[in-house]
Amino acid sequence: MLRLPTFTYYRPKTAAEAVRQKLAHGKDAMYVAGGTDLYPNMKRRHQTPLHVISLQDVPGLNTVEVQQDGSVAIGAMCRLSALEVHPHLLLNFGAFAHAVKEISTPLLRNMGTIGGNLLLDTRCTYYDQSHEWRESIDFCMKSKAGSICWVAPGSPRCWAVQSSDTVPVVCAMEAQVELVGPDGTRRIPASELYRDDGIQYLTKRPEELLTRLWLGAPSNWKASYVKLRRRDTFDFPVLGVGACVWTDSYGVVTKANIRLGGAGSYAIPATESEKVLVGQQLTDAVIAAAGEKAMKPARTMDNTDLDVYWRRKVAPVFVARALAACK
Amino acid sequence: MSEPNKVLATFHVNSEPHECAFAPHKTLLEVLREDLDLCGTKHGCELGECGACTVQIDGTPVLSCLYLGLDAVGKQIRTVEGLANGPTLHPLQDAFADLGAAQCGYCTPGILMAAESLLQANPSPSRDEIKQGLAGNLCRCTGYLKIFEAVELAAARMRGEDAEPSKESIYGS
Amino acid sequence: MGLDESKSIPGVARPDAPWRHDAKKSELNVIGKAIRKIDARSKVSGLTKFADDLTLPRMLHMKLLRSTVAHALIKSIDVHKARAMSGVKGVLTGQDMPIPFGILPVSQDEHALCLDKVRFVGDPIVAVAALTEEQAWDACRLIEVEYELLQTIGSVHEAAATSDPRLHDYGVRGNIHRLENLEFGDLQDGFARAEHVREDTFFFEGNTHLPMEQHATLAHFDKDGKLTIWSSTQTPHYLHRALARVLHPLPAHHIRVIACPNGGGFGGKSDPFNHEIAAAKMSMLTGRPIKIALTREEVFFCHRGRHPVLMRSKMGVTKTGRITALDFQAYLDGGAYGSYGTASTFYTGALQTVTYPVENYHFRGARFFTCKAPCGPKRGHGTVQPRFAIEVQLDKIACDLGLDPAELRLQNLAPRDSLTANFLKIGSMGLGECIQKVIDGSGWKQRRGQREITADGRIRGLGLACSSYLSGAGLPIYWNGLPHSGVQLKLDRSGLVTVFCGSTDIGQGSDSVLTWIVGEVLGVDPLGIRVVTSDTDLTPVDLGSYSSRVTVMTGNAAMQAAERAREIIARGVAEHLLVPSSRLVFADARVFDSEDPQKGMSFMDAVIAAEARFGTIGTVGSYTPPKSPAKFRGGGVGPSPSYSYSAAVVEVEVDPLTGIYRVPKVWMAHDIGRALNAAVAMGQIEGSVYMGLGEAMMEEMAYRDRSHKGHRVFVHKIPSLLEYKSPSTMEMPDVVTYVVEDPDKNGPFGAKEVGQGPLLPMMPAIANAVFDAVGVRVDENPISFEKVFAALQSKKEGKDARFGPSAGADGVPQVDFGDSLKIKTPWQGGDGTAWNEPKREKKAAK
Repeated sequence: MLRLPTFTYYRPKTAAEAVRQKLAHGKDAMYVAGGTDLYPNMKRRHQTPLHVISLQDVPGLNTVEVQQDGSVAIGAMCRLSALEVHPHLLLNFGAFAHAVKEISTPLLRNMGTIGGNLLLDTRCTYYDQSHEWRESIDFCMKSKAGSICWVAPGSPRCWAVQSSDTVPVVCAMEAQVELVGPDGTRRIPASELYRDDGIQYLTKRPEELLTRLWLGAPSNWKASYVKLRRRDTFDFPVLGVGACVWTDSYGVVTKANIRLGGAGSYAIPATESEKVLVGQQLTDAVIAAAGEKAMKPARTMDNTDLDVYWRRKVAPVFVARALAACK
Repeated sequence: MSEPNKVLATFHVNSEPHECAFAPHKTLLEVLREDLDLCGTKHGCELGECGACTVQIDGTPVLSCLYLGLDAVGKQIRTVEGLANGPTLHPLQDAFADLGAAQCGYCTPGILMAAESLLQANPSPSRDEIKQGLAGNLCRCTGYLKIFEAVELAAARMRGEDAEPSKESIYGS
Repeated sequence: MGLDESKSIPGVARPDAPWRHDAKKSELNVIGKAIRKIDARSKVSGLTKFADDLTLPRMLHMKLLRSTVAHALIKSIDVHKARAMSGVKGVLTGQDMPIPFGILPVSQDEHALCLDKVRFVGDPIVAVAALTEEQAWDACRLIEVEYELLQTIGSVHEAAATSDPRLHDYGVRGNIHRLENLEFGDLQDGFARAEHVREDTFFFEGNTHLPMEQHATLAHFDKDGKLTIWSSTQTPHYLHRALARVLHPLPAHHIRVIACPNGGGFGGKSDPFNHEIAAAKMSMLTGRPIKIALTREEVFFCHRGRHPVLMRSKMGVTKTGRITALDFQAYLDGGAYGSYGTASTFYTGALQTVTYPVENYHFRGARFFTCKAPCGPKRGHGTVQPRFAIEVQLDKIACDLGLDPAELRLQNLAPRDSLTANFLKIGSMGLGECIQKVIDGSGWKQRRGQREITADGRIRGLGLACSSYLSGAGLPIYWNGLPHSGVQLKLDRSGLVTVFCGSTDIGQGSDSVLTWIVGEVLGVDPLGIRVVTSDTDLTPVDLGSYSSRVTVMTGNAAMQAAERAREIIARGVAEHLLVPSSRLVFADARVFDSEDPQKGMSFMDAVIAAEARFGTIGTVGSYTPPKSPAKFRGGGVGPSPSYSYSAAVVEVEVDPLTGIYRVPKVWMAHDIGRALNAAVAMGQIEGSVYMGLGEAMMEEMAYRDRSHKGHRVFVHKIPSLLEYKSPSTMEMPDVVTYVVEDPDKNGPFGAKEVGQGPLLPMMPAIANAVFDAVGVRVDENPISFEKVFAALQSKKEGKDARFGPSAGADGVPQVDFGDSLKIKTPWQGGDGTAWNEPKREKKAAK
């Protein structure tokens, strides 16, 4: 049986206490929310923190607060399965609720949290393997012991893949996240939380706690999420298209955000596709043209399930389908 | 490597208190199987990829392989051993037995716990809702069909209907 | 009902066909009903004890250190740090168990721990036992192994081209493990008479069983010098033999193997495994019970799953599709060890002739050693890959000739009670009815080729395929003249019937089969019968749960034992009631006079009457399959008491823009002979549909082949339950199942196999359905989305609308098969022997 390494376990009662504990132990400590990402990684010895700080007792992180204008603040410790059935989210943030429901399995959604999903570790089929497997092939640069990138051996960087279902859609929707650190609380656009690196994929400081996700008020925008994976459950996205389109009263697109998940180390903007849309109505022809432009930014690599070239070639179809859902 | 100090705690499993000393980094799966000798809960990957270790915590089905034993202290834990009412099987267990929904029986405890939660929340699930509800549990023997039929049969019986398996599901078309 | 007592004498087997295959349904009280399995309550209560659920006082935990390189000589192993670690109680290396073993007598090529060479990443080298599993794992990390790397052999092409280094120093030559070349009839004449000839190349990638239960073993060498092994094995008898061999001089009768209920097997727990033998030895070394529970990754290393097979098939047919000649070549990627590979090789050629008649048949099969986890038997053993090829090729031929693929098959059914070109004896044969059922049910005639468009823009297609499979191998895996299955019955004056049998329940319900048959014959409730199985100390030998043999072979043995018990009781009751024993009826737990049902007694009283008259009651039954008329070398693989038949129509919906498809519905008909238990038979058919669906859509043993620091890295790509994809609840289609019953006189109550056959048509039916939908051929399994897309792209570009291995000369390895063994077909007047005897060059490993 795969087992966890030994560690000291903390359940701080406030966010400030959690941050203090993390600061005190530095790299030897890790936060845990639902544990569905961290514990498998610990069992495979990707991470062996000596101190694990659970956030389950931190108050106030378990609620969905609906504001006057319809915007919502979602506590980071909300279980995914609670969000997928939340009436306000289903009614006004259907794309987000749908993305949540597309995550893994119902059992894991009963355990996993939205905060954990937003901070999901990047994935790679050369990395997400047992200690013994990586020992045999030799450890990669994302592992503590290694220096090579197996996907692109000449590369100075890691190409592990952004694999959260919610990230592309919250970035496209221009959602914001709230971070609590030793110096207080700050709120930043969700898209600024991520960066294009398989190892250092987050911009936040290690001790900062993600406490809330803010989704903007319903308005003249429509969002969607379309996921490519082998099976309709369990599997991480090998392409996850988050789209959000703003239109004027004539149905003309005034702004469009398209983010490609599962296609690089962060949710990549399909900028050229967005450009095609602005100033146009979402006709089938415009959607198809925008889709075609999505092949280039989809930087698929041979480190997920399904064929690397195929994933790239079908990216236009999935982008078009996401846009069609924004009509 | 020295073994960590054990902690002493009381687990509420199947409505009974169980006191035990266990290593604090142990998952609930290990505590149940190795410290409480409740081996009905199975394991197939220990990484959250199969559903064999599903148990209920305060009524919600979760994966015991990714749930710390420490976090289960003070909560109501329900395992397959707690499904039957004395000698009387739970309607789900009866239906699984009648239809042959347990072949090798290894995934069965996890599936029963997930299905029981599903029926608690939705006494009349559609076939599609059953598929969705059990989408975190792998089975290699049955092709799931007898499991779906058994959940439907149990649901009908739990609703008080005098239900029997369909002729097609037992004898074919 | 009632038995003809003149023919049955206690202790003597009845002559020909005593298995009541022609019993009328109305005469049967147990057989055919949907009675709960004997272990159903335990299984739904979580009380069934699998191997890893067992513990013993003072038990140690064992882990194996496995090779990190694909092919190398072991220069040195330094275990002193591990041995010195706190908690470590024992360390074993290959030198502690130098005697080789293997499932087949001709390929004793494995060691419990590698002696001087490793052959794939995952080959075990050192075993460590410690107080806890964590300590044993940590200790393994302290072991240093020095390797001298050897060239990696990664494919059949590489193996064929590389004579040195060899993985093994036995086999044909180089890295060729087996070469078979069998010719039945006159190929030249067959092709000359053909009105249409096609030649196609196919590839079937390997895949694995993926049982939900990871293999586990508990070994205990007790203070009296006896060894007991509890293990998740499908073949306790073969494990017993392997243990006796390797642990020599420990006498075989000091070894007790208990097969725990298997948490799924599918063929993956049919070999004796390294960890089982090492655990036994470790228990002898430490004097303490030893537990080893493999991780999921290690289960992938045990493997023994479906061989990757490259195939070339040249088929000649008449205008109506009658097969006048078939020239079939199979190139098997065997992985690192022999396993069942010799049998697998023959199986890729054996059953081509059983589904439809083949007038003249040439089979060439080659198995190669490569640096992969060893391949072996998986559900449908060896016959699945050629069935994929043949059924897709027939679909193409129907297309070429403008025939309905279903009609083509219906016009070319193998006759019942006939001999095939390769001397396999077909008994009952329900394929025609199977095909009719699935084409009627699916609306085949109206819906095929219509290319209906779904609401989400997908294109519908229907595909059909058929198959046949054996009800148990006609020969055991080691030569002997002994029964394949034995059953003992003990009848107690409490009315209890206890059945002792060496068979192993792997979820298919073999324990229950015993109770249904004994219950029917003795007229008692099957759920009241006690079953003691798979314990080599207590139960008579049964060869194991493989090759779909248990229902027919164990069933027949149980029937014989039960008939003998019935005979004894009937005599006792007859004397007691003063009624001729031929008038006695056994039913409803009573024994009574058929002419005066009031006159009788309870079954318990009947046993007491018999015991009072004859003494303690115990009977035995055993079964040996009929002798095969195939007497040529290699004719031992393929014969079976009977053959099951299956036909499937599969509906697919293909997205023409991406190649993604789903399978919403399957119609599956299976000729089971007779269903001993309706619900359980349905479960086997549905389970086969599921596993076939997985093989067709997604499952594959893929390898990473890279170079690193000047050497080649060759490792299983995805050894996890997340990344080795298997279908979930969401992929499972609706299945309309037809149970066709064409009773076979060699089976108990006419039963044939059901656990494997219905898997076979799934993959070709899906390939054919994809063609029906979007007009492209995927000649390679799995039929993954990417391959459908690639074929669509190719079609769009005006190229061959196909994805598959090269059809050119480079498509299959260049191998000199030597001269063929030539056998005249039955219709040429052949007697089952070869009329030539070409020179052999292979050498066995012993």
